[in-house]
Amino acid sequence: MIQFELNGETVSTDSPPDTPLLWVIRDELKLKGTKFGCGIAMCGACTVHLDGAATRSCVTPVSAVESMTVTTIEGVESDASKALQTAWVDEQVPQCGYCQSGQIMQAADLLSKNPNPSDADIDAAMNGNLCRCMAYTRIRKAIKSAANGGGV
Amino acid sequence: MGIKDQKTPMTRRTFLAGTAGTTLVMGLGSVLPGCSSEEAAVDLMAAGASNRFSPAVWFEISGTGDVKINIAKAEMGQHVGTALARIVADELGADWSRVSIDHVYTDPKWGYMVTGGSWSVVTSFTMLSQAGAAGRTVLLEAGAKLLGVEVAACTAENGNVIAGDQSVSFAEIVATGDISRVINDEEMAAMPVKAAADRTLIGKATAALDIPEKTEGAAVYGLDTELPNMVYAHPLIPPTRYGSTINSIDDSGAGDIPGYLQTIQISDPSDTVQGWALVIAESFPAAMKASSAVEVDWAAGPTAGVTEAHILAEGEKLAADRSSGVLVVDDGDVAAAREGAAETLSAIYRTNTALHFTLEPQNALVEFVDGVYHIHAGNQWQSLILPYLATALEVEESAIVIHQYYLGGGYGRRLFGDQMIPAAIAAKELGRPVKLVFQRAEDSRFDCARSPSVAQLDASFDADGGLTGIEHAIVAGWPTLTMAPGFLADGVDGNGKFDTFSASGSDHWYTLPSHRVRAINNDLAQRTFQPGWLRAVGPGWISWGVEGFMDELAEKMGEDAVEFRLARLDAAGKNAGSAPNSAGGSSRLADVLRDVAERSGWGGDLPENEGMGVAVSQGQERPNPTWTACVAHIAVDPDTNAITVKKIWQTIDCGTVVHPDGAMAQAEGATLWGVSLALHEGTEFVDGEVKDQNLNTYTPLRMADVPELDIKFVESDEFPMGLGEPPLIAVAPAIGNAVYAATGTRVRDLPIRLS
Repeated sequence: MIQFELNGETVSTDSPPDTPLLWVIRDELKLKGTKFGCGIAMCGACTVHLDGAATRSCVTPVSAVESMTVTTIEGVESDASKALQTAWVDEQVPQCGYCQSGQIMQAADLLSKNPNPSDADIDAAMNGNLCRCMAYTRIRKAIKSAANGGGV
Repeated sequence: MGIKDQKTPMTRRTFLAGTAGTTLVMGLGSVLPGCSSEEAAVDLMAAGASNRFSPAVWFEISGTGDVKINIAKAEMGQHVGTALARIVADELGADWSRVSIDHVYTDPKWGYMVTGGSWSVVTSFTMLSQAGAAGRTVLLEAGAKLLGVEVAACTAENGNVIAGDQSVSFAEIVATGDISRVINDEEMAAMPVKAAADRTLIGKATAALDIPEKTEGAAVYGLDTELPNMVYAHPLIPPTRYGSTINSIDDSGAGDIPGYLQTIQISDPSDTVQGWALVIAESFPAAMKASSAVEVDWAAGPTAGVTEAHILAEGEKLAADRSSGVLVVDDGDVAAAREGAAETLSAIYRTNTALHFTLEPQNALVEFVDGVYHIHAGNQWQSLILPYLATALEVEESAIVIHQYYLGGGYGRRLFGDQMIPAAIAAKELGRPVKLVFQRAEDSRFDCARSPSVAQLDASFDADGGLTGIEHAIVAGWPTLTMAPGFLADGVDGNGKFDTFSASGSDHWYTLPSHRVRAINNDLAQRTFQPGWLRAVGPGWISWGVEGFMDELAEKMGEDAVEFRLARLDAAGKNAGSAPNSAGGSSRLADVLRDVAERSGWGGDLPENEGMGVAVSQGQERPNPTWTACVAHIAVDPDTNAITVKKIWQTIDCGTVVHPDGAMAQAEGATLWGVSLALHEGTEFVDGEVKDQNLNTYTPLRMADVPELDIKFVESDEFPMGLGEPPLIAVAPAIGNAVYAATGTRVRDLPIRLS
């Protein structure tokens, strides 16, 4: 049995240790906000926070998170995350919306390390998150407005 | 097919309004044969729904004043429900803060269900406006009675019926009134629809209704659905799209995988999937693992050796053969122009295979219960896949219901719900709900990709150097031929049928002395894979050739690329347009072109290795033109030949803009799709399959590649046109023309690669 903390609660799984964390979160623990896109850590739709750091859950074996803290889009509580969610609505960012949980989790990681990112910082941090609808200009704008106005 | 086929006729349309319980139900649609409007109304009021009435629009006002508007269109990023609901709510005089929407599941009462072609607003605007106006009329009548005043003294605003200083809310009207009203055809035709100046919601800023839940991880997509006792299925896809058969399956390697159940072969009476097997397991991770452990020995189909080069070579052969294809345009005498030509100019433009790559991979959950197949999956064209499903499952269509969810990207991929078929067959066989999920490689291999294409353009000139005619041959695998053959159109000379979705854009709005277009199906592409409708569809690749060639012609004739186009956008003859959709004709295309040229500083000096290119587009189809003009400013690194897009300007005239911010979002995304298809995306067929199957080698545009965007919508009260796709079209040719301006190298292959 593998135990970890998910959005503030202790959870456990009997799944094989090599089971990707993504599917444990989605199918066993029933939190569907974290998405499956490419399966090779190159789209970012599956991004969660592992002990606070943005992590691709589709390639993270569940055994690797034993005793660690996992946060998904449903459990975000940090000021940066909340400011980002507000900015995402204010800037009307999502189109199909499928990538947006991952985008917000990645952006929250960026703001937690760098409260006032430059365009180059945003490019570097967000380039691994594909938005197939290509709402990139609004993602950038929302990150900047969360950084400036969100009290981060 | 054309947009005309999609328009529900405006005649024989009845509006019904009735109180059902504590709710006022209202709908505009057709009363079904064998039944009177009154009978349908009684039926409607008794049950809150009617099986004698086919509503194109259906909305309800509760006793507390909440307005629920049913949406039969798919939500895939365009915020379509918000736009459509605002058209109804504006006419109704509703309080927008009380409006909610519901995306409905399939039922014959909704009529023909399709979301594509940038048609949703165009095809719905009139009937949604009329339905809202009819609803307002009913509320005004009931409100006037309650207030004890004449109907003429009342107005409906913000959820209230108002007469002078008196008012009664919609909630009070519904709670107290016993409303029963039928508005017939004649009354509908005279229904007072608001003048543009009186609109309170259409064209005004608002937030999209679907966005909050998409920022909280709460929006439910097809992949998120579950049912009790379901099993997971993972596809084992054969080496060719068609004609492969399974010799044997060895699943001994999967036996020890916990949760692995079995591997089943799929026998599909509709022949949509051929030579398929599904790995069945209790969890998706187990299914993924087992899919690698199960060995299938296939006898590959006849196209196992086909490559991109084979398909393009076949395309070039067909384009060069003047006896091939079907005539789409035949204006003037091109043969005489060719025979009398003092000079000619010819070019071949090609595009390579492109993938939809919806970020939500294909999936479907199917449950068979009480004689009905319930299919849970996001889909764009339910009315297309239902008959396929009926054939595959050997049941009537009435035994199939498709439940709608948010689409994690559509872009045309989810017009074809072919992934539902193996899932449904497995559910039938296993007697348990089956959730079929594709991994990315399988999703790409099963994509109905945009076909490789070839366009040959031949221009004739007289002795004075004047242009006398253009012949244009366009060759690609035709999506519609296989998936929806009933929608093929007749050739203009009455000979043969062609796929309008593989021809639109060739019938452009330039006035030419003579012009002939031949559309030709690439049979090798057709046999190798299922060609699909990719965002912007025909114009998405056809305009690459048309607009590149216009630049070549301008240069040959010594004219500026903008002036050359303006001279031919004269609104003469068939290009005069007609109200409402194409009122103004090509003069509106000329207007957006002038505007974008001015705003971009067209014709100014640029540094070395930089260039600007221009292109125009009329959107998806001649009957519903969205006028766009694009200028791209690019730089080419002289050492590496790397192309950087510095800025894109677009000016767009789509008539009335219903939801301005949603429209801008679509334009931004579509513009970047244009950049992505021009420079970042593209694959090729190798051994009968697409070569690039995941993001390690298929590389859509990312954040760091985004150029500066300057997009302007023309303020207009003209009839609204679509724009989910049109802003994509002119981008690639504008970039190609800019590459020529910067380097002197004419690029004719998409994606653009400078060697």
